[in-house]
Amino acid sequence: MSFKTIFQRLMAEKLAFISFIFLAILVIIALLAPYIAPYDPFKQDLSEVMSPPSAKHWLGTDGLGSDIFSQLLNGSQTAIKAALFAILLPLFIGVPLGTLSGYFGGIVDDIFMRIIDGIIAIPAIILALGITSALGVNLWNAMMAIGIIFTPQFARLARGQTLQIRSEPYVEAAKISGAGSVWIMVRHIIPNISPPIVVQASFNLSIAILIETTLSFLGLGAQAPDVSWGNLIQQGYSMIDMNPWMMVYPGIAILLTILAGNFLGDGLRVALDPKQKSS
Amino acid sequence: MFLKFLLRRLLYVIPMLFITTLIVFSLILLIPGDPVLAMLGDSATHEKIAELRQQLGLDQPVMLQYFHWLNNAIHGDLGRSIFTGQHVDEALMQTLSVTMQLVVVGMIFSIVGGIFFAVTSIYFPNSWMDYVARFFGTLGTAIPTFLVAMILIIFFSLKLNWLPATGFTSLIDGPGTFLKGIILPGFSLSLAGIAVITRHLRSSLLETMDADYVRTAYSKGVSRYRAIFKHSLQNAMLPVVTTIGLLFGTALGATVVVENIFAIPGMGQLVVNAIEQRDFTMVQGVVLVMIVMVIVINFITDIVYALLDPRIEY
Repeated sequence: MSFKTIFQRLMAEKLAFISFIFLAILVIIALLAPYIAPYDPFKQDLSEVMSPPSAKHWLGTDGLGSDIFSQLLNGSQTAIKAALFAILLPLFIGVPLGTLSGYFGGIVDDIFMRIIDGIIAIPAIILALGITSALGVNLWNAMMAIGIIFTPQFARLARGQTLQIRSEPYVEAAKISGAGSVWIMVRHIIPNISPPIVVQASFNLSIAILIETTLSFLGLGAQAPDVSWGNLIQQGYSMIDMNPWMMVYPGIAILLTILAGNFLGDGLRVALDPKQKSS
Repeated sequence: MFLKFLLRRLLYVIPMLFITTLIVFSLILLIPGDPVLAMLGDSATHEKIAELRQQLGLDQPVMLQYFHWLNNAIHGDLGRSIFTGQHVDEALMQTLSVTMQLVVVGMIFSIVGGIFFAVTSIYFPNSWMDYVARFFGTLGTAIPTFLVAMILIIFFSLKLNWLPATGFTSLIDGPGTFLKGIILPGFSLSLAGIAVITRHLRSSLLETMDADYVRTAYSKGVSRYRAIFKHSLQNAMLPVVTTIGLLFGTALGATVVVENIFAIPGMGQLVVNAIEQRDFTMVQGVVLVMIVMVIVINFITDIVYALLDPRIEY
């Protein structure tokens, strides 16, 4: 399927397409956050503490007079950074490893898969805690932890898919015509195993943001000057009596982003599956 | 025959335990620079540094360190807390039962809620109940646990003042206070589980409701109620058993968040405090115990599944 057909099929999945647009806008906002944010997210203005939404401060200000809208924009940058890293690291490490393992098989593959099974058996948040504890608490290490958690998942997925198509006629034909292993993997296997990986990547976007905000909420992720939606909720919670809205905005931001990732994943699953008719 | 099956499963679990413990142990290798200095900070005395280095056996080859550590762990010795000097296993024993009570309550909520939503959604298709169930199924996995917990506290503790927002009483110390205190944390823990079970059981029920034996039951004049509860549900629950086993791990992970919000003195609170205090041996101990619990539960789930499904031959 060409990109055009995939895109057309995705457009037919309304919810997924809306989610796609939403996430695309979010990425643009995240990229531009430092430029479009009306204020420095940490700039304190003690004359305007806890002000309600106004033309000057769209979503009001927090306990130190900082602009909540600007903080929210900067938080999107953290969320997208974490999500991208959590997808790219597994994509560039997990997928090649899984493909190699599945293609060559043998004892190395057996041992490799046992290790992968072992890592996957560990609940994500527990492993993330262990890793951040060793690496030290900051946003970069939290992102690293999330990437490390997803890498074996992608490796297992890539390996399973490779096993399925390893003996397909076109792969056999390429072998007989003298193509090298690397060529076969790059040219024939990876393109054909990519649809389920793309779907998984979309779901992982949601899980990555879930873990990032959770770690930040616990104080084990983003530290100032990084802003995370998780931190914002934590701050909002401590001021719940004075301004409940402080919690609501980042809460909605997290919820919508995670839902969008899930819906996009559902839609991509349909759009990328040639056997499934678009609904 | 069954014994043979049990042994075979056990043969799968042992390497699994070996690998996961190796992973937990290897976390120490991730510590940048000298792990002892990283753990103790710059102000540590030479004696303390030497003592910890010896406790961790860092001068030995890595594999030897691992076997030494594993041997101690098997004998219940997980080292001492770097921060307080307390034995890690003691701290774990104090917190384990608290966390287990929370997880069990959360799992009960998940299972009961999941079955309730799935069955009502099938029983009243396209009704508002069906929509509520499907809504829960979608939202439950998208909303972070900490957000659920806080929303519950805001409404049920701060606004309505029905249930306490913090604190924990053990079941043995007072069943009444235990129940009052555990409802909100338990529900926060269970929402994701409810969603997963609802979705899974719903699609599983849809499949069995279409099966020949259920249609036969219908044609014999069996009521819709009987068709679901007597014929369909039992079989539809089977694949969900595995899901429930896997959810246990998720719930255990979520206790970290829930215990910190509701100020419940369990392993989750222990591990977060330990990370803040850079108490690596304590973190390692908690992570180890949690992982072993997850693997043991998955093992039990496999056995239960085999016992429940008459089609499986050992």
